[in-house]
Amino acid sequence: MFDTTCDVVVIGGGHAGCEAAAAAARCGAHTLLLTHRLETIGEMSCNPAIGGIGKGHLVREIDALDGLMARAADAAGIHFKLLNRSKGPAVRGPRAQADRRLYREAMQALLHATLGLDLLAEAAEDLLFDPAGRIIGVVTAAGRRIGAAAVVITTGTFLRGEIHIGERRIPAGRVDEAPSVGLADSLSRLGLPLARLKTGTPPRLDGRSIDWAGLEAELGDDPPEPLSWLTERIANRQVACAITATTPATHALIRANLHRSAVYGGRIAGTGPRYCPSIEDKVVRFAERQRHQIFLEPEGLEDDTVYPNGISTSLPEEIQAALIASIPGLERARIRRPGYAIEYDFVDPRSLLPTLELRTTPGLFLAGQINGTTGYEEAAAQGLMAGLNAACRAGGTDPDRILTRGEAYTGVLIDDLVLQGVTEPYRMLTARSEYRLALRADNAGLRLTDRGLAWGCVGADRAAQHARFKAAVADALARARSDGRTPAQYAAAGVAVNQDGRWRSALEVLALPALSPTDAERLFPWLPDLPPKVRAELEAQALYAPYLERQSAELRILEREEKLPIPSALDFTEVAGLSAEMRQRLATSRPATLGSAGRVPGITPAALAALAVHLRRAEVRFT
Amino acid sequence: MHEDVIFALASGAGRAAVAVLRLSGRNTGAVVEVLAGRLPPPRHASLRRLRHGGELLDRALVLWFPGPASYTGEDSAELHLHGGPAILAGVAEALVAAGARPAEPGEFTRRAFLNGKLDLTAAEGIADLIAAETAGQRRQALRQAGGALASLYGDWTMRLTALLARQEAFIEFEEEDLPADLDDAVATAAAALRAEIAGHLADGGRGERLREGLHIAILGAPNAGKSSLLNALVGREAAIVSARAGTTRDVVEARLDLGGVPVTLADTAGLRDATDEIEVEGIRRARRRAEEADLLLLLFAADREPDAETLAWRRPEALVVLSKSDLGAALPGLGGLPVSARTGEGLPALRARLEAEALARAGATGETLLTRPRHRAALQDALAWLDTLPTAALPELRAEALRAALRAIGRITGRVGVEAVLDVVFGEFCIGK
Repeated sequence: MFDTTCDVVVIGGGHAGCEAAAAAARCGAHTLLLTHRLETIGEMSCNPAIGGIGKGHLVREIDALDGLMARAADAAGIHFKLLNRSKGPAVRGPRAQADRRLYREAMQALLHATLGLDLLAEAAEDLLFDPAGRIIGVVTAAGRRIGAAAVVITTGTFLRGEIHIGERRIPAGRVDEAPSVGLADSLSRLGLPLARLKTGTPPRLDGRSIDWAGLEAELGDDPPEPLSWLTERIANRQVACAITATTPATHALIRANLHRSAVYGGRIAGTGPRYCPSIEDKVVRFAERQRHQIFLEPEGLEDDTVYPNGISTSLPEEIQAALIASIPGLERARIRRPGYAIEYDFVDPRSLLPTLELRTTPGLFLAGQINGTTGYEEAAAQGLMAGLNAACRAGGTDPDRILTRGEAYTGVLIDDLVLQGVTEPYRMLTARSEYRLALRADNAGLRLTDRGLAWGCVGADRAAQHARFKAAVADALARARSDGRTPAQYAAAGVAVNQDGRWRSALEVLALPALSPTDAERLFPWLPDLPPKVRAELEAQALYAPYLERQSAELRILEREEKLPIPSALDFTEVAGLSAEMRQRLATSRPATLGSAGRVPGITPAALAALAVHLRRAEVRFT
Repeated sequence: MHEDVIFALASGAGRAAVAVLRLSGRNTGAVVEVLAGRLPPPRHASLRRLRHGGELLDRALVLWFPGPASYTGEDSAELHLHGGPAILAGVAEALVAAGARPAEPGEFTRRAFLNGKLDLTAAEGIADLIAAETAGQRRQALRQAGGALASLYGDWTMRLTALLARQEAFIEFEEEDLPADLDDAVATAAAALRAEIAGHLADGGRGERLREGLHIAILGAPNAGKSSLLNALVGREAAIVSARAGTTRDVVEARLDLGGVPVTLADTAGLRDATDEIEVEGIRRARRRAEEADLLLLLFAADREPDAETLAWRRPEALVVLSKSDLGAALPGLGGLPVSARTGEGLPALRARLEAEALARAGATGETLLTRPRHRAALQDALAWLDTLPTAALPELRAEALRAALRAIGRITGRVGVEAVLDVVFGEFCIGK
């Protein structure tokens, strides 16, 4: 009945699809990636950058599980910057601007080098199920029937995608690409709850027409810090960006033409992201601001297209031209492609299990923008986890691959999605993690690579590098705990500590603001000999330890709640004291534990108390 | 909504002109219909005949409160019956036959809480209101039940959320041109909030004392007249009085209302070097009670030299009283209020003085006071985190302190989610590209 079979089919070659396919294949599943066109695999359809604050954390976590994104970005990066460098290591975010073409090529090369992964340039047209409703395969537009134990759908904004440029509407996924109508129909037959979101992109400019000389240049870090811990050094030539800003003339022009913007003209119903507002939004909502900053980011070394970051718009093309001309440095700039808003369907992620598998359709996984997120990194992190779990389904009885909120931003992302759903495109922010001080971008490997090894998705190179790093950190920590001085000795060295007679270890004093790096090296001569990453890890642990210890009691309570399971068969109408509204909210999100019930939006402390009472009663009954 | 219908006497027990029975639960309407025929219009008092098995039980006022606009949030009703145990018993029997059951203690309030009609502090206020003995306690409980504490803590929560949002914006959007003085603004506002919470905590425990009552212990040598004074103050023979020294062996307690403050007055064994095993234990208990008391009354009989044992207890929270003032003159250098339990001399002055002391320590001042140790512990935790702010060298550490303070206050009233913080971030700053 099938023309061909494999273990896992991944539909879509974007950031989620690439990670999903590669992750499933790394776990030993025979995997097939289906996409419209092989050449666009790994396309960066919006801004040409990977990482940032929160997003950089996700990239490092993907890397820690041996995913591809960080390595591709390092191979393509032309401008690297560690954001929040003046703040502590927990909130620093590595970011790289990439050459768009190099990124595609790097991603495609990584996929080609992945054993057990095949790529096929055919659109998925339909899904196949067995009589029990379990997925068994897909049908392509060419009529090919492919059998699979698990299918991951990563179609981004392709579901009923519609582009708006002023009054014009173009049905499409990305510019020049057809939306997947057939697949949308087969998904709608599943009766999944769909809703609409929108996002936007700025016009692209011809770099040769920009007056660079008159603009403030923004240089990347030197030396650049790679995104992947496997990358020794960045080989590409590095380029500068430039900074400019809108003017009162820009704002006046936008106000005068607001009715022609697709969003403000009322032609778009979907909700847009608050943290990535269009320039129309910024001018309307913050009317008192005289200027809005714009970063001019080159799209490549050989490509002179420039991405003006900060002016996403859905105004008509001729207004966009006037808008660009009102900006210093861009007076004579030519638009290569107009900006646009795109509206698309997404699936309410509350219909997913924490494995990203549809609750009602075993074996069918969704990952990426289709789940209501925005951003390459958010998509890739979901893709990776969906790929791991899809490989599990194909393999039989392995336990689910789930990261908790305490372990990873990836865990925060998926927990937020499946429990809370989304009201705007979901973007990762460090504020979303209650364990922010413990989840650093630079300790992603220490946090996750052992998990990845146990799951079988980490290759030999990384395993060896991880083992070396872990041992070096353990050595350094042991040394920093056992080497110390008395207060008198610290005072003699010119370091002010409480003269309470208590001996203090190096680890305790490393975080003291009074201890300068020079003093530290004088007191502890072994410090300068540590490899830089090991020393940074030591200093970060020293910095946050007092806070993490203070919170540990509170976290233990949270953990206990987190471990109190809510039976998946629990009928919330049986829980005494829950209002109809609370019952509905809980039934929609189906939290797996009492802790996660507390994160369902709108759940009152009273409802939680009622649920806790019910669960404890049930516990007593069974033991 | 709870399926089962509960009922309870809402008015006081015993014989009375009117007795009010309250019902709550999903099937309340059906239960009332069994007894009273059709339901009256919502929230209208209607006169109905109540019947059970064809027998007329009473002619009663029936009120029908369909949920959720009711005290418990569920369908509820009130039956205003003629007072009298027989009628009550008959109606209760009829209600049980119709499927209702007597409520457990506090069950109405618990249902109101579970249905989201009250937050935790309001529910605690209702419990206190029911248990209030004095007018001062009642006023405080009323304020709390009305949400005064909830709105005070709610205000702090809102301000902490706004502070955290500013700190988060500073962390999250490095490349944006945010106001340069953001960190200073956060520090200033946090210091102001810290001072308010500290002020609320530094109320000397007035609210908790008003809720729990003030403890006053009477201390003095044997036969100084402690038991007589206790009896005179409470106006009844609470303690045994005799001329024999050492009559009071254990602590004798009596309750009284001093200006709205509930007071427990404790008479104790006389202080002396005793050999009798029981008396020794009594004196040990007297000392312990004195240590725990909010206020001490040190009694010296006017006809004797002051004893060293009692003199040793003089301290700011001790009031010197000269008992048996009908038997001698004031002792030079000791000061104190002359009182005679026998003649009544000085008693009004002592009572006035005690009332003033009680009000000073536990009076309801009209401000919103801390009423429970649970709240105090949470606020102290919040304060401890705010105290780390000035020395926290990095923005993420300051954010952590603000988050922990928010969580601590959230333990009193409810939780604060990330979304609330992000709402402020995106509402206040133009960020994102």
